[in-house]
Amino acid sequence: MTTPPLLSVRDLVVEFPTRRGTLRAIDKVSFDIAEGEVLGMVGESGAGKSLIGAAIIGLLEPPGRIAGGEILLRGERIDSLAAEPMRRIRGKRIGMVFQDPLTSLNPLYTVAEQLIETIRTHIDCNDREARERAVALLDRVGIPAAARRINDYPHHFSGGMRQRVVIALALAAEPELVIADEPTTALDVSVQAQIIDVLKEICAERGASVMLITHDMGVIAETADRVAVLYAGRLAEIGPVRDVIQHAEHPYTQGLMGSIPTLTQTSSRLVQIPGSMPRLDAIPQGCAFNPRCPHAMERCRRDRPGLLPRGADREVACWLYEAAEEEVRHG
Amino acid sequence: MSLSDQSKTPGRLARAWDSDIAWSFRHSPVALVAGAVSLLIILAAAFAPLIAPHDPFDPSTLNLMDGFSAPMEPNAFTGNVYWLGTDNQGRDVFSTILYGARISLFVGFAAVLLAMVLGIAAGLVAGYRGGWVDGLLMRVADVQLTFPSILLALLIFGIARGFIPPAYREEMAIWVLIVAIGLSDWVQYARVVRGATMVEKNKEYVQAAKLIGAHPAKIVLRHILPNVLGPVLVIATIGLALAIIAEATLSFLGVGVPPTQPSLGTLIRIGQGFLFSGEWWILLFPSITLLALALSVNLLGDWLRDALNPRLR
Amino acid sequence: MIAFIIRRLLQSILVMLTVALVAFALFRFVGDPIASMVGQETTLAERAELRDALGLNDPFVVQFFTFVSRALVGDFGISYRLQQPVMELILSRLPATLELALVSGILAFVLGVGFGVYTALRRGGWLSSSIMTVSLIGVSLPTFLIGVLLIWVFAVELQWLPSFGRGDVVDLGGWWRTGLLTESGRASLVLPAITLGLYQMTLIMRLVRAEMLEVLRTDYIKFARARGLTNRAVNFGHALKNTLVPVITITGLQLGSIIAFAIITETVFQWPGVGALFINSVRFVDVPVMAAYLMLIALVFVVINLIVDLLYYVVDPRLRMDRTTAGH
Repeated sequence: MTTPPLLSVRDLVVEFPTRRGTLRAIDKVSFDIAEGEVLGMVGESGAGKSLIGAAIIGLLEPPGRIAGGEILLRGERIDSLAAEPMRRIRGKRIGMVFQDPLTSLNPLYTVAEQLIETIRTHIDCNDREARERAVALLDRVGIPAAARRINDYPHHFSGGMRQRVVIALALAAEPELVIADEPTTALDVSVQAQIIDVLKEICAERGASVMLITHDMGVIAETADRVAVLYAGRLAEIGPVRDVIQHAEHPYTQGLMGSIPTLTQTSSRLVQIPGSMPRLDAIPQGCAFNPRCPHAMERCRRDRPGLLPRGADREVACWLYEAAEEEVRHG
Repeated sequence: MSLSDQSKTPGRLARAWDSDIAWSFRHSPVALVAGAVSLLIILAAAFAPLIAPHDPFDPSTLNLMDGFSAPMEPNAFTGNVYWLGTDNQGRDVFSTILYGARISLFVGFAAVLLAMVLGIAAGLVAGYRGGWVDGLLMRVADVQLTFPSILLALLIFGIARGFIPPAYREEMAIWVLIVAIGLSDWVQYARVVRGATMVEKNKEYVQAAKLIGAHPAKIVLRHILPNVLGPVLVIATIGLALAIIAEATLSFLGVGVPPTQPSLGTLIRIGQGFLFSGEWWILLFPSITLLALALSVNLLGDWLRDALNPRLR
Repeated sequence: MIAFIIRRLLQSILVMLTVALVAFALFRFVGDPIASMVGQETTLAERAELRDALGLNDPFVVQFFTFVSRALVGDFGISYRLQQPVMELILSRLPATLELALVSGILAFVLGVGFGVYTALRRGGWLSSSIMTVSLIGVSLPTFLIGVLLIWVFAVELQWLPSFGRGDVVDLGGWWRTGLLTESGRASLVLPAITLGLYQMTLIMRLVRAEMLEVLRTDYIKFARARGLTNRAVNFGHALKNTLVPVITITGLQLGSIIAFAIITETVFQWPGVGALFINSVRFVDVPVMAAYLMLIALVFVVINLIVDLLYYVVDPRLRMDRTTAGH
């Protein structure tokens, strides 16, 4: 008997009812996150990366809702939990880091107040113990003179420092999984790497898994163990970071990789994918990528490809590889 | 993942916006009912001379014996039946309401028009010119905003009366009232228009229009004004409700229209006097009319604001 | 902080001077002050003498200065209509208005915040929708109509509460007559207080609701939820506190409006306050009373504005620059 993965998302469907019909923002997305693993989730803006994070932590904004599939945390379903048990999971077992540190902290409370409140919500301890934990945590995320700075209000901190505070808050109750939604996008380029390092180190220390949502392949390449590529609310490809980057299989991923400048590349031109991602109400029949795909076949315009296994821990949603597989089998 | 960036070209956006409003109106029972009630009262008031059984302010048609008839009951002396009863002077309450609403609505629309013209002009000038003109106008607006408009209207009314010789006070009362309410309510228009003007004037197309030497007045009227019509319409609608209420309040306080031209507020003031003697209909029906009018116009304004600003829904 | 207060004080003084100018212009140019002070048989020579004695021939600036310095010590002259010193008239009626305004204000604030929070949190619920609909009626109902209808139901039909006057009053120290200490005084206060407070309550309620909905959409509220804080902590600890920052300003200003709207309520209920005094002064063009009331209201507004600014300062730590912003 195998132990279930830390997080398992099965055929997740997220829909938005609008008066012009229901929009399917996430369409049958499945993936696992193993214990201690960092999974990168990449895609263009609008691909639905953040929605998957919100769905997992149970904070989809109405009218958005989970319309199908299931989400399992250590084998237990959490997508169908009532409000109160789900609240206990948030912060305690799944933490979340948001994009913009300038707006993530309540301006009217000191950092100490916000940290202590969070700690005492989930961990049975008194005010003094909570404060000690809070100071240790701030120290760990790299706030200098933490014991003194803890009594400051958020507006006394710079953007990078605030994001460290946000990380401390997300990790305050030692969650097993941290969902980081574009944690560095709003920051200065100069501090982005530091924040990613802090996040990665602390999670590694505590054995927490990370789901890192970003559109920055560079961050994924440096940080993640595996990467999932999202296109128009569907998973295009998932696999170990090195494999996906070096041997992208889905034509969309190939295009995505081609658009990243590298130091070793000899070609002077970056590849660009023609066209743009379809709107949610106009996703083409068959493979969502077919109008932009250089290898599109008749079948791609008719049937939607599911995730096909490619090797031990790789999957890709593309008919090209079924044909290849069949050839291998028949030939 | 936003749904709003669906239309790319301005033409399509404008059309979608239009249909959105229409759609929202058709699917909002509140807006439909409020629209119907407003329209009904406005039409009834406009065509009062055609609808009203008699002209309540023509003494020759009145019979004092008809006084104090209860609604739907034959009068004790004359046997006449009045749908909504009569007042102490034998005036048909239904007719007085129609004529009263006429005056209330006239004052309301005129005051809103005045406030709107003043506000838009001040806002455009302040926003477009900037500098000390802007500073001065906005200072005045700030100070005025700290005082409730009903108080300002009262003051303006009082001051104006001081300037008008007593002989003309009655005659001029209705115009004084319009000016008082209009002057007390221009600030909101000015603020919205000023804000929008300051945003628009830095856009490329306005800069381009300047470069080719278009006259500032033309730029402002042709390019900037159309952009602020939405919010102005919302303010004007809610402003109409407020103006009607303000007029009724002033008339109720006895400082509005003269008793010879009673508005809804005057009628309620008269009706209050008969509360303790049991003639409730003289008070109730004008009150219901005023409430229905103010409420439905307010609801329309509310709906319009939500419909034009989907984020608030 | 000190600089901030000084700046606000200077602004307040400027506003007061502007209002004083308006009040003075009223005095000087509305009607003829002499005509309203003397009888028919006064000769032209006597009038000219009086004009001189009153300083009406002095330069404008001198007259304005005299007006302001008199106003500073509470001297607004004699009421044309009642032939009594204006300040005396106002002071004797002020307690009635202040008691009414205070009770209404508390009513409006407590209920307004309560309903506002409830309707924001239970958006779409039937009770919220009902409250919102009723509140729209409240906004659309002119204050005087609320009063008249309340009188009809509770004073005429049910005969539970008095419909006019203040009831019995108790003299406190010779300068404040309160109705709060007698049964009839309190009973008399009920209907006027509801009448005056209802409109403000609906305004506060709608404002609180709108602000609260705005705050509930912010990232820090989402983040607070994502940390698993209880609904109670998120809604009341975080959202409500942030909601109250802007609400304080408006509510403070509403208090000024309450005093102004008291004019209407006092007329409906024949409440012997300054508002009723003012409305009569408008009706009879009693300029000294109008001018004094104008200055009084302006003073109230300016003081309330100042207090609101200071409160703002206390509630929002971002305004307290007691520590230098730490760099990265």
